Amino acid sequence: MTAIEARPETGAKALPEAKRRRRVHPVIVIAAAAVLVVVLTYVLPPFRNYQLATVGAYFCVTAGLTVLTGLNGQLSLGHGALMATGAYTLALTQNKWENLPVSFAAAVLVTTLLGAIIGLAAARLRGPYLAGLTLAVAIVVPSVTSTFDETFNSDQGLSVYLNPPPEQYPMEQWQAWLCWSAALVVVLLLALLVRGRFGRDLRAVRDDETAAKLAGINIARTQVLAFVVSAACAGVSGALFAYLAQSVSPGAFPLTLSLFLVMAIVIGGLGSLFGALWGALLLVVLPTLSQSLGEQAGSQRLEGNLALIVFGVVLVVVMLAAPGGLASIPSRISRLIRRNR
Amino acid sequence: MSEFIYLTFDGLSRGLVYAAFALALVLIWRAARIVNFAQGAMAVSTVYVAYSVTNATGSYWLGFAAALLAGLALGVTVERVVMRFVDHSSPLNGVVVALGLVLIIQGVLGIVYGNEFLPFATPFSRDAFEVGGVAMLSRYDLFVFAAVGTVVVALTLLFTRTAIGLRMRAAAFAPDVSRLLGVSVGGMLTLGWALAAAVGSLAAILVVPTELGVHPTAMDVVFVSAFAAAVVGGLDSPIGAVVGGLIVGVLLSYVSGYIDVTVAPMAVLALLVVVLLGRPGGLFSSSKARVA
Repeated sequence: MTAIEARPETGAKALPEAKRRRRVHPVIVIAAAAVLVVVLTYVLPPFRNYQLATVGAYFCVTAGLTVLTGLNGQLSLGHGALMATGAYTLALTQNKWENLPVSFAAAVLVTTLLGAIIGLAAARLRGPYLAGLTLAVAIVVPSVTSTFDETFNSDQGLSVYLNPPPEQYPMEQWQAWLCWSAALVVVLLLALLVRGRFGRDLRAVRDDETAAKLAGINIARTQVLAFVVSAACAGVSGALFAYLAQSVSPGAFPLTLSLFLVMAIVIGGLGSLFGALWGALLLVVLPTLSQSLGEQAGSQRLEGNLALIVFGVVLVVVMLAAPGGLASIPSRISRLIRRNR
Repeated sequence: MSEFIYLTFDGLSRGLVYAAFALALVLIWRAARIVNFAQGAMAVSTVYVAYSVTNATGSYWLGFAAALLAGLALGVTVERVVMRFVDHSSPLNGVVVALGLVLIIQGVLGIVYGNEFLPFATPFSRDAFEVGGVAMLSRYDLFVFAAVGTVVVALTLLFTRTAIGLRMRAAAFAPDVSRLLGVSVGGMLTLGWALAAAVGSLAAILVVPTELGVHPTAMDVVFVSAFAAAVVGGLDSPIGAVVGGLIVGVLLSYVSGYIDVTVAPMAVLALLVVVLLGRPGGLFSSSKARVA
């Protein structure tokens, strides 16, 4: 009974609120973000610029994962492996042809193909079964690199040959520009994609498969497409990481990376691209913070492990207290204030 | 031929450990519809308890008992303190909270014990007996068979022959009706977590000495193999978990023996893909109704 009584009231409330907050077009948001990034790269010192670049690189993959997990409801624990695919492809093509745009294109292409293959299998699976399959994908990276060690050079990995940036720009600034151009293009494309019919299909499949099927949505195709799109984003991100580190090795893509990515999008707020930005930011900030804390305490054991604990605690607390993630906290607060007035 | 026999027995011994671990996953899945991704980390922390106790007292068996008790306690704690408060509207929530626990546990273990592999001895020799020049089983393998066999039989008896087992099944199957009939559903859930965690500890304490040693992430790959075993069997089926565990164990043993150890994770992935493409709910799943 209560649910039925409550519905007209919330409906009436929701409508004006939606009208008040008319969505700004993504192109405007992205343009503003681009200006902000350029300003930041001139203000920040080199190391901060490098961190800014890392945030951009993470933003690509968290945004793609947000589309897959948040909007389509498919959980992937294997995106670290997809990033590794992008990174290794970039390294191999770059060392062969030394043409960065071509290498990037190859990285995205190969990762997209792999994503399509995994996606075809994933579309048949639900919940824990999907998690299990993608988890197995995540741990396969070191195994592949040491089995085909002539190509991938086992645990040592490959170094990436790169041309230095134009002389008038410092390396870190150039890196930040490249990473953020890629991130902003990726996010813009994703934002345009999920605004339209495809986004509606994604959410319909997530919320109620049966209803979506009855409405004429091709479920399997929607799920595979979501996987392909997010795999392509992971490929871009992996390529950026190979570019930033100028090397690739299986150690850079452990199981914990895949788990961190899921956490980042959950903490940031599932289903919102803005939440994916929060997640990317946390992935860079939290480890740095805990490392400096560990250094102050003068304990080596603390340095690496404190980050894990902080991440874990934040995750559990956010999940129990605010399942909508950090991105939902402002609207929660404003709702609380309005209710108390 | 002799290599084949040796690999088969070795695989069965490993497979039983995966089976026990998979069984623990299935226990929690059946009771709470959560896949406990933290199980590997929880089990490792109890192996560290065994490590400390064994080092302090010099007795493997005191450490062994301490690990199982710590498993029970940890299961109760995790369920009462964290998992009980997870919002179950999306299956993702439970998974993510469990992943958070993994990080917390691994971080704490790393701070307390450090991130290096610590040696952990076995109570019996791991040298295989030879029958007519063919290496077959080691004493330790026999110990593993006995330990896991005892647990499987005990759990089966518990669930099919005792009132507690009946209540646990009822609470998992129809919580609301069970509550009306006077079953403490929350209590059964806690008991399920405690049992599962203890079984997980047993599996970990059996497998860790055969690998590189104790390490905060020592169970990561074992967890993936055991999870694959549970998924192959069908998460709802205890028999499936045991069969799946044996399949995964023997497969990994053949692949490591005949091809290369590094190929093992790829073999697990291939097995998962083949099984799940054929039967998306696992080998022992019951057929599902058509939705549209």
